[in-house]
Order: sequence, then structure tokens, then C-alpha cells
Amino acid sequence: MVGILQDKDRIFTNLYGLQDWGLEGAKKRGCWNGTKDMLDAGPAWIIDNIKNSGLRGRGGAGFGTGLKWSFMPKEAKPGRPHYLVVNADESEPGTCKDREIMRHDPHLLIEGCLIASFAMQAHACYIYIRGEYVREREVLEAAIKQAYEARLIGKNNVNGWDFDLYVHHGAGAYICGEETALLESLEGKKGQPRLKPPFPAGAGLYGCPTTVNNVESIAVAGTILRRGAGWFAGFGRPNNTGTKLFCVSGHVNLPCNVEEAMSIPFRQLIEDHCGGVRGGWENLKAVIPGGSSVPMIPAEQCEDLFMDFDALRELKSGLGTAAVIVMDKDTDLVRAIARLSYFYKHESCGQCTPCREGTGWMWRVMERMATGEADMKEIDTLLDVTTQVEGHTICALGDAAAWPIQGLFRHFRHEVEDRITSYRAGKPHVAGATLIAAE
Amino acid sequence: MSVRRLAKDQPASFEFSAETLKTAQWWIAKYPAERRQSAVIPILWLVQKQEGWVCEPAIRAIADLLGMPVIRVLEVVTFYTMFQLEPVGQVAFVQLCGTTPCMLCGANDLKKVLHDRIGPKNHLSADGKFSWEEVECLGACSNAPMAAINDYYYEDLTPESLGQILDEFAAGKQPKPGSRIGRGASEPKGAIKTLLDPKLYDGSAGKKIKIPNLPEKPKAAKTAETPA
Repeated sequence: MVGILQDKDRIFTNLYGLQDWGLEGAKKRGCWNGTKDMLDAGPAWIIDNIKNSGLRGRGGAGFGTGLKWSFMPKEAKPGRPHYLVVNADESEPGTCKDREIMRHDPHLLIEGCLIASFAMQAHACYIYIRGEYVREREVLEAAIKQAYEARLIGKNNVNGWDFDLYVHHGAGAYICGEETALLESLEGKKGQPRLKPPFPAGAGLYGCPTTVNNVESIAVAGTILRRGAGWFAGFGRPNNTGTKLFCVSGHVNLPCNVEEAMSIPFRQLIEDHCGGVRGGWENLKAVIPGGSSVPMIPAEQCEDLFMDFDALRELKSGLGTAAVIVMDKDTDLVRAIARLSYFYKHESCGQCTPCREGTGWMWRVMERMATGEADMKEIDTLLDVTTQVEGHTICALGDAAAWPIQGLFRHFRHEVEDRITSYRAGKPHVAGATLIAAE
Repeated sequence: MSVRRLAKDQPASFEFSAETLKTAQWWIAKYPAERRQSAVIPILWLVQKQEGWVCEPAIRAIADLLGMPVIRVLEVVTFYTMFQLEPVGQVAFVQLCGTTPCMLCGANDLKKVLHDRIGPKNHLSADGKFSWEEVECLGACSNAPMAAINDYYYEDLTPESLGQILDEFAAGKQPKPGSRIGRGASEPKGAIKTLLDPKLYDGSAGKKIKIPNLPEKPKAAKTAETPA
């Protein structure tokens, strides 16, 4: 057998798009099966079961999904409707899982939207998909049309909960993956994060109670209820349960997306599903285990590594979105991180000064580190600046910009130092010194 | 942040096409009546589809349509990097992903191809048919390196296959989007080892089932049996 998870326990049975994504195909694969029975059991039952399943948010932070749903007011007040907003603004470098759900298994997402909306007493849901996913949006719109026509959603639908589902799209801003920036964007403004509190469950979209969830968190809800919270909780280690889509990219022989049990050992994930590291396991240098925002970990820590929230946090990294970026020994790690620094500089929304100025500053220094022309003492200055950006901004983009740099220096400081030393070697220390010496 | 300004040369006027206006109304209807402003991004996108880029008169027209101040539309259009504020290549506008996962897989070699074939980035080619820019992660990292050309994703590129794609566009064809090494999506190439169980697809999962843990049963978190 390959990996840990058996085919019968996979939720995304059309991950690779080999089957029909439409309603007929989805129903055949078990989607929309028993949805009405779940709704008949009431919102409290749904939330309890999602809590019992141990599902933690799949968007990166890993907050309990059932718990998040329970923060919403129990009843909607007149004039203050509840909203569910699905975060499909997938832009974290390395992450490419929601895309596959939306274009290959859209009905799982639509069903999940209905269930989650009912659990939170919302009659309307917006799916905020990133603007670049044009094809994915076309499929999703078509699938929603099918669901309306089959009266699975809409007014007076067969499931007994009036529910409207709308697709909204963005226009290329990474920051709109932050939930309050996403809400701003959905309201037709610049995507600049809001101060919290108030949290979206109190005042979110249009000032009304709102919950924002990742695509994967919502899309697994239907299957969890269909097969039982205990089934889902049976995978992975305690507190890190369920199945998870892993997106593997970089220097592996067969980069791919794959659904696996949570807490799968890293080596097994790479060797069973991704054809191993390019050039063999020994050729592994470092891994970014959860999308660009989490610090990298060196090869020696990957030997017995469980891919889950808690194991990676112990290594001062994180599971994030489970986007695994593998880097082999040929990789110029400094250059790779400098490119990420450029990414964060480009994507900073400009609202908070430490981030707006800091991301640009860190990128410029990282570029000089990459060539080696930086000064040795600038390393500590840079690390000092990362700690001054981290935690001093409204949203987590400042942290996300700081962590990759900290991860690089935590494990590979010697590489940067060697580069600076060898750049200096043989170069005159005073401008014009070579000329004077030659005279 | 990226500094973005409107183009120096602006057309004198802008008109919504009938089709754009119809789709714009469809977007507006998605939001509560007093929240028309929510449709600003989708409508800017429609305008960009119509004109190829977003010009200043269009920004004013959209502000009128949505009943919002022009400055608010201007803010949005300069904030979001997908809005092109200058004309782009009419035959092919290449958006190459240059972020780390693609960079590790060879995006820098592709940049060179684009530079040699089209010219410097963010500039129209001499004939006005092509242009390219480097963009940040497009979210197809398992299919790196990749580029979005006129909205659709071309994945698993090499310098050769990117060159071929550009040739096809130049010859007036519409190359098929997707992987250029024969992958259907993001599966491991030629070695799919999962999702092979025929029972997943024979319709047995669609048969009527009994939902486990329903309220009348004791709610202990026992492992539920898989329904047949």
C-alpha cells in the first residue's frame, strides 16, 4: 500500500479530475448524500460533530473549525443577517489545493457551504476566489448553477434551508487571504486588514456576523458528517486529526497534490507519493513545510518528522496550508528566501509602517546577502529588524515576512557568512586600493 | 507595496458594451441593494476584458454605475495588481510566475526566453502583439514553472515549450492551456497510485445511507462504522 490513507477513506475522490466534476458524477461519488438528514438534525448537532471530529482550519492557522462556528450568534437578529464567506483566495506560495477542489470537486464545496451556513443560521454565502483562477471560477459557477437547477440550494430547496450561494472574485492581492482584508475587498474596497476586535463573528461582512473559512475546511464538512466524527478523528495523532491535502512542489521527482492522513511521516509522504527527493533522500537540504510563511527546517530534522500542526510547531515551524516546498542540495537557499522577501514586499498592503517599510528593507538586505556583498554585522541587524516587524502589525503579513528569514538564519547562518566572506576575499577593502597598489 | 499609476496617454472616452453592462448588472444583483460597491472588482475586470486594460474614463464610468466616489474606484484599481493600467499585448499577454516554488523549478530560464522573444518586461513588443510581466505566486505550485497567458494557465513549462506556445500565439492559434508534459492536472506524472479503487466510482457511494451519530442515538464519540 502507498502512504497511510486507503482509497476508501479519501474525501476528494476526484482530486485529479479524472472523473466528471458535475452534479451527476459528484452524486455517484457520494456527495449530496443524506444532506437533508444532517440539516434535520439541527445546527447544534452539526457543530458538535464538527467539534468532535477535531477538524482544525485548513487555511493555515489551524483553529478548530467547530469552535469557530460556535462563536456565531445563535439566532440572526432582524436587519443583521449572518454570512458565511469562503476564503478561496489561495495565494500562499506553495499552496495549490483549493484550486483542485474548486475545479474537480466543486459540489463537495457547495454542499459544505450549505451545511456550514445552516449551522451558523446564514442564508447567504460568498465564495471569494482569487482573480487569477479564471478556469476554476468558470467551473464553480457552472456547478452552482447545477445545484440551483436541481433545487439543492436556493429558495425553497429540497434540503429545507433557504440558501443563496454567490461567487465573488478578487484581483491579485495576497493580503486578501487575510480574513478581514478579504471582507474589505468583498465590500469593494482596498484589501487592508481591519483591527480586531471586533471579530468577524460580531461584525464582519457589511457589519453583520460573519465567519470566514478556508475552502478545504468547508469542503470536508459534508463527508465528515456522512461518515461520522469518529471516522475523521481516527486519522492522525491526537489534536491533529483527519485527512489533509498536501501540495508538494520543488525538488521532488513527481510534484503533486495528494490527500493523506494527517501526521504522515514526511519521508513517507515524499517517497510514496512524490517519487522521492530529486537525486535521492541524501540530496535533501531543507524543506518549507507549510507554505512560504513558515520557517524552513533542515534535512536532519526531516528524518522522523510527522507532518502535523503540533510536531512542526515544536520545530519552530508550522503546518500552515501543508504546502511542502522541497529544496535539494543544489538550491541557493539565500536566493530562495530573498525571492520570498520580494514577494512580501510586493504584497504588503501598506497600512502599517513596520510592514510597509520593513518588508522593503528586509528584501533589499536579503538581495545583498544573496550576492554576498552585505556586511557581516548586517546579519544581526537584519534579525533585529525581523523581530521589530513581527508582532507589530495589524495582520500576520509582517510575521509571515519575518519568519522565513529567521528560519534561514536559524539553520543556515553559516552559508550566508561563507558567502559574505568569499565575496570579500580578494576584493579591495578601500575603494581604489588596487590602483594604488599597482602603481 | 507596488507603486502603480495611471497611464499618461488616456483615451478621450469610454463606453460599456451591451454585453459588459449586462454582465455587470448580473454581478450587482449578487449583493444587497445598498451594497452595489461590492461589485467594483468584478466590473473593473469586465472592463479590462472589454478594453484590454483599464483607462481613466472607464474608472469614472464605473464610479457612476456603482454610485461611488471616483477616488474609491481609483484606490481599488491601483491597489490590485491584476488591473492593467497600460495597454498589454493584444495577441498574448504573458504573466510568468516568478515566486520561489516556480523559481526553484526554472522560472528564471523562462524569463530569459520571454526577454529574448518579447523584450523587457512590462513593455509592449515592437508590433504591439505581445507583452509580459512577472507576477507573484499564481497558486499552481505542483505544476511549476507556469505562466498565465490571456487568463489561462500553461503549466510544467520548459524554455522550449514556452517558445512553442509563443510561436502558436504568433501564428494566430490558441494553444491548449494546461500541462505541457502530459499531466491532466496535479497528479504525479505517469504514476498515479491513489484513487484507483473502482468502488469509489461505481455508484455505491451514492446509495441511500444512514447518517451516523444522529441525535436520537447516544452521542458518545465511538468510531462510527463505515456505511455500506
